[in-house]
Amino acid sequence: MIFCSGWQLPSTTEYALPTEINMYPNTHHQTNQPVLDVSHVTVRYNGHVALEDISFNLHEGERIAIVGPNGAGKSTLIKVVAGVLQPQSGEVNIFGSRPHEHVCIGYIPQRSQVDWSFPVSVADVVMMGRSAKLGPLNWPHKKDWEVVHHALETVEISNLAARQISQLSGGQQQRMFIARALAQEAELMLMDEPLTGLDTPSQEGLLNLLDRLKTEKVTVMVATHDLDQAASHFDRIMLLNHRLIAFGNPDEVLHTDNLLNAYGGRVKPVDGQTILSMDDCCGEDEYDHVH
Amino acid sequence: MTMFIDLLSSPLQYEFMQRGMIASVLVGIVCAIVGTYVVLRGMAFFGDALAHTILPGIALGYLVSGGARDTLFWWALGTSIAAALGIGAISKNSQIKEDTAIGIIFAGMFALGIALISTVRSYAVDLSHFLFGDVLSVSTRSLWLILIFGGIVLLIVFAFYKEFTTLSFDPVLATTLRLPVGLLNNLLLTLIAVTVAVSLQTVGVALMVAMLVTPAATAYLLTHRLSHMMILAAGLASLAGVVGLYLSFYLSIASGAAIVLTATLFFLIAFGWKQITQK
Repeated sequence: MIFCSGWQLPSTTEYALPTEINMYPNTHHQTNQPVLDVSHVTVRYNGHVALEDISFNLHEGERIAIVGPNGAGKSTLIKVVAGVLQPQSGEVNIFGSRPHEHVCIGYIPQRSQVDWSFPVSVADVVMMGRSAKLGPLNWPHKKDWEVVHHALETVEISNLAARQISQLSGGQQQRMFIARALAQEAELMLMDEPLTGLDTPSQEGLLNLLDRLKTEKVTVMVATHDLDQAASHFDRIMLLNHRLIAFGNPDEVLHTDNLLNAYGGRVKPVDGQTILSMDDCCGEDEYDHVH
Repeated sequence: MTMFIDLLSSPLQYEFMQRGMIASVLVGIVCAIVGTYVVLRGMAFFGDALAHTILPGIALGYLVSGGARDTLFWWALGTSIAAALGIGAISKNSQIKEDTAIGIIFAGMFALGIALISTVRSYAVDLSHFLFGDVLSVSTRSLWLILIFGGIVLLIVFAFYKEFTTLSFDPVLATTLRLPVGLLNNLLLTLIAVTVAVSLQTVGVALMVAMLVTPAATAYLLTHRLSHMMILAAGLASLAGVVGLYLSFYLSIASGAAIVLTATLFFLIAFGWKQITQK
């Protein structure tokens, strides 16, 4: 059994997977279990309910878009799954164990939350993804640099490896973080508004990259504002407004009743078909919470 | 040329100048490297507050030992570590904003320190030593303490460089990688605390923050890599220590102030150069 784990190796042993998994030592906790199992998760901030009784499953290689109005709890849900925020009630299981026991979750922050003047190169940031794999007191080996360069090649920015991070465009910044998640050998990638503020070609490039990650068996969960892109590039869509309003194939989810339910008066049905979201983007999404 | 060499070498015939030089170079290196994290994490106010907060500890040690300076390092070290972890805990759990909480504690503790020292008759002289440092009175024994504890700090920074850097750049990544974030944060606070104790005699309580922040900020302007920033900051701080002591010797100005002024001048030059080259 191979568990991706960091410093807290001993604690993962209590959560050993079912015995049949041991026959497939190279399959990285593949089982019949879902990659991610969220059940009855509720989160409150200072009396506000951010998430209420959320339950859902994700399977390997799926690409999920989380959509919903500003402050709907999209970032909160991503942080709960990443294990950086503890829900008041409910459970999150990733490959059958709790988020805080895993290092195979790649969390890609909103670009506005990053200090872009930090004195590090693109390759340095991608190498940070390997901090846990390296373990304490170890410096990167040649193999680790190879992993980093391979990750940068996968996201097609290996020519930028030595650049200081402030010199990247918005799309390149997102690619760097995806490379970091790849270097981390993340199997579940969580992205908070990766498309916000990017021009159309960069958005398309990024979405195509996410398509290609499917072949690497990386499960991807993306929060986004763009219903069109959600519909065209993702396997399933989760419509969220504190509660889980709908979750399924794009054509199941994106119909008027659900959208009215999620966005309230901010959506107008046009010709009984097209949906116009009046709630476009950006910036101070969610409640501000610091860790 | 010989005159120039004379100018440089003649102060070094005094042993107190030699010890002072070694002390200010060592302290400069340690402060600059720890200060790199202080600058990048926006902890300048914390560093300043921490330095001031240790005054009552030093004062108490001073009163207990009847004015002897030998044991003061240990009092400074103990108070500093306790204050760092205390401030860290309070700012995490406080209902008041972090900088307000730090402000209240640091001013209160600083006042307590002054009150304690003022019970001694010669207090003005002693107080100024603690406030502004007196690197020229560093004993060989103190020099060893600076070397040992400064060396430990540098070793720990080197050992956990990767973790501290990841934590400083992206604490959420550090959490998702399951690094022991709380432990690393407290370790970093402790390193800053030890650095403060080590630097006490060189620059004193009031000027400490300059040693933590100024060389690191100067290097920050000039490089784009963290490792280069650390090395450059250490070099600049050492140079400021040496130049400052010569200035102190020839111009008869206070040593701590001379070192800090030199470091500040370096910063201004780098800042000006950056302004010109960016246009």
